Amino acid sequence: MTKSLDRTELGLIIALPILICIAFVLPKWIVNYVQVSMGTGLVALGVMIQMRAGLVSFGQGLYFCVGGYAAGMMAKFLGVSDLFVLLAIGILAAFVLSTILGFLLRRYREIFYAMLSLAVSMILFGLLSSTEELGSTDGFNLPTATYLGWAPEGETARLTLYTITCIVVIGCAIALNRFLKGPIGYINEAIRENELRVEYLGTSAHKAVHITYILAAVVSAIGGVLWALALGHVDPEMTNWTTSGQFVFVSILSGIGNIAAPLLGTFILEIVRVYAVEFSPNTWQMILGTVMLLIIIFLPKGLWSLLTRKKKTKQEKLAASAPAAGE
Amino acid sequence: MLTAIAIAVDGLGFAAWLFLSSVGLTLIYGVMRILNIAHGGFYALGAYSSAWAIGLYTATGSTTALTFLIIPLAALAAGVVSGLIVERGILKFMYGRDEVLMVLVTYAIFLILEDVTKLIWGTESYVAWQPAFYFGTIDVFGIPYTVYKFLIIAVALIVGLVLFLGLNRTRVGKLLLVVIEDREISGALGINVTRFFTITFVIGATLGALGGAITAPEISVSPGIGAEIIVLSFAVIVIGGMGSIGGAMLGAIIVGFARAASVHLYPPAELFSIYLVMAAVLAVKPYGLFALAESRKI
Amino acid sequence: MTTILETRKLEKAFGAVYAAKDVNISIDAGEVLGVIGSNGAGKTTFVNMVTGYLTPSAGEILYRGKSITGLPTRDITKLGICRSFQIPQLFLELPVIENMLIALTIAKQTTPVLFKPAINPALEAEALALLARFKIDQYADQEITTLPQGVRKLVDIAMATVAEPDLLFLDEPTSGVSADEKMDFMRVLIDALKSTQTAVLFIEHDMEIVEAFSPRCVAFYEGTILADGPTAEVLEDPKVREFVIGSEFHRSAAEPKKTKKTATAKQPNKGAK
Repeated sequence: MTKSLDRTELGLIIALPILICIAFVLPKWIVNYVQVSMGTGLVALGVMIQMRAGLVSFGQGLYFCVGGYAAGMMAKFLGVSDLFVLLAIGILAAFVLSTILGFLLRRYREIFYAMLSLAVSMILFGLLSSTEELGSTDGFNLPTATYLGWAPEGETARLTLYTITCIVVIGCAIALNRFLKGPIGYINEAIRENELRVEYLGTSAHKAVHITYILAAVVSAIGGVLWALALGHVDPEMTNWTTSGQFVFVSILSGIGNIAAPLLGTFILEIVRVYAVEFSPNTWQMILGTVMLLIIIFLPKGLWSLLTRKKKTKQEKLAASAPAAGE
Repeated sequence: MLTAIAIAVDGLGFAAWLFLSSVGLTLIYGVMRILNIAHGGFYALGAYSSAWAIGLYTATGSTTALTFLIIPLAALAAGVVSGLIVERGILKFMYGRDEVLMVLVTYAIFLILEDVTKLIWGTESYVAWQPAFYFGTIDVFGIPYTVYKFLIIAVALIVGLVLFLGLNRTRVGKLLLVVIEDREISGALGINVTRFFTITFVIGATLGALGGAITAPEISVSPGIGAEIIVLSFAVIVIGGMGSIGGAMLGAIIVGFARAASVHLYPPAELFSIYLVMAAVLAVKPYGLFALAESRKI
Repeated sequence: MTTILETRKLEKAFGAVYAAKDVNISIDAGEVLGVIGSNGAGKTTFVNMVTGYLTPSAGEILYRGKSITGLPTRDITKLGICRSFQIPQLFLELPVIENMLIALTIAKQTTPVLFKPAINPALEAEALALLARFKIDQYADQEITTLPQGVRKLVDIAMATVAEPDLLFLDEPTSGVSADEKMDFMRVLIDALKSTQTAVLFIEHDMEIVEAFSPRCVAFYEGTILADGPTAEVLEDPKVREFVIGSEFHRSAAEPKKTKKTATAKQPNKGAK
């Protein structure tokens, strides 16, 4: 158990310089997709850590949007463009909102959790779509980010933002990996399996769910800020439930086995989308739906399980050969 | 005063539309324990086939009166065909699986149906206003309303009544209530549970399609209406208590009036008000107004 | 002996039906107590109320002299009252060792830490030692779903003991264990628990097991206590024989009588018929 933890973190740390280097090697458009999918990938991570507790959030776009809009409004109304301030404000907004909403959502499980998370995300959607000061359904643009007073331009600005995005995303992934291996992460798995027993073991399932919800919100907001700065634009679609559905899709596709899987899954999806939309614009969702059905039926633990399957079968064989008692 | 009347009539109109659009969702959940996101897809299919058929028909220049036959027929065709394909082709193999998993399955089906709609009817809008104005308008205290709006209210009442009587007064309905009560025991008693599921799903899908078909003349039918209605329907059935038909009616009235009130008093709050009402209801009754708390036996 | 648990006029009504009525029981530290009664007699309801799963309609539960009536389950667990379940409540898709590790993690949780690994080799060793105490360490790496019922029962009980409770309720520990294995099963169990000075209340349908393992016995009938006292006396009680044991338990009648007493229960019970 403890060994695989180190491997994931080691992998992420090794991936960091490689990720940064590809910005100088690969064509610009691929790097852009990497950058954008790191933002949305963080939201998928937020969905995934909740799934560990058996909770499917169909409204994670809420915090993606809260992050993006909080940063955007800070820039629009107060003229702040410092990336670190914008990140902080995005995190703060998500933290406050999720702490409050968490008191409502932590009481719900299963489909109710899915529906309520969807409903609260649609409140924001309704609110932003009808707020003209914030551009209604069109949203508004963000300025180029500055860094503690340094204001790079052009290619330098692009590479700086990209590098910082890589560092922040990898940092978040490592932190979340630790969270999943920590006490609350463990309790979450127990909640998924049997909440009654969790309470009888002497801890509050509600509290664990609340903490997880807040953490997922904060990570999604970070993703929202980075995404918004990368595109230079925000709009209410960020919190539409169809956007949230895509984050759920990625988590299903990549499975909840490993923290790197949703990040990778988001990138693959982003690339496939480019070609699919080019090739046949009206069948993209159909492909998504079909792939999702196939995954649910044939690979319930996600694509990542293909990589770990070999190890598992060995374990199962061992288990099967162990003597069975009580018979 | 005028505003109050406008809110009352519009509220009823919204409520009727919401009830028609969401009653199939609550029926399917009540019987099959499937929260069917694909319901939005059935709604869209109904709306498109109705608008398309009306368009084709009125292009021939014949009397508009017959479109009132076309609407239910289009809904029936769309609902039965798509409902049967989805249930027999996909859902049948997944009964007994986790409820959350079924949400994901129906979400996948929803995505597929969205593109099926686009492939059949393209991405442009369809407008089929003719039936909506066929009977003209009537004045309610000086405010003109289309008669069609009152027709939808009547249809909603009839559908509600038929479902109520069908469930409580007919043999099939009573058997269905038994299936809702305890699926396993009904199976053991010799009730063909699978067939009940198929029938329920097709009826639910057809009701969804009817919701879309009957609304089509009042709106511009374009991509995205399915995604929109599913959120509203969720709010309606959650407020009333999932699986309860009476609850759906009450939920539809609450949501309908909340929406009408904000449209007339403070338009920007239109979508917002619906969820505010929902949050208020759930804060008091966490599983909706008509839901019973379930306790696990240990 | 000090009394650790005392219930006073405990009552639970579901509508007009009383699942428990006027239940007065006191339990001493370290004692072993058997509870008998037919299905629906209120045995599990009693355990559910004391452990906070059900809130009593009336009455009071005192633990070490302080009222714990209506407290949430998790707080009662933290005070030192744990239970096992009639149907094992386990984390089905996780291996036995992980089940134990989760239980240990929660038991040892003092201040919430978010990003520190919960599991370390020392904790794993502790989990294995606990499993060994119940003689189920050979299943450590198996998923619960692959285990026979008897092993699941032991895992369930083992999980209930990780917090080192002062009072442990076992809800039908031997149900699902085959008849000829019950005695050995209980022996393993009681031996494992004896080493910890835990007071044990176990619900049991097999009178031989009650006779063999619990010096004291309480009989429930229709939500009330029919008899409470030394096991031999309770099992000889005519009312207990009529309403609880029925015609199934002939053995002691055929044996030479040790002390034939027809005394009724120590405590009066108003609800008995």
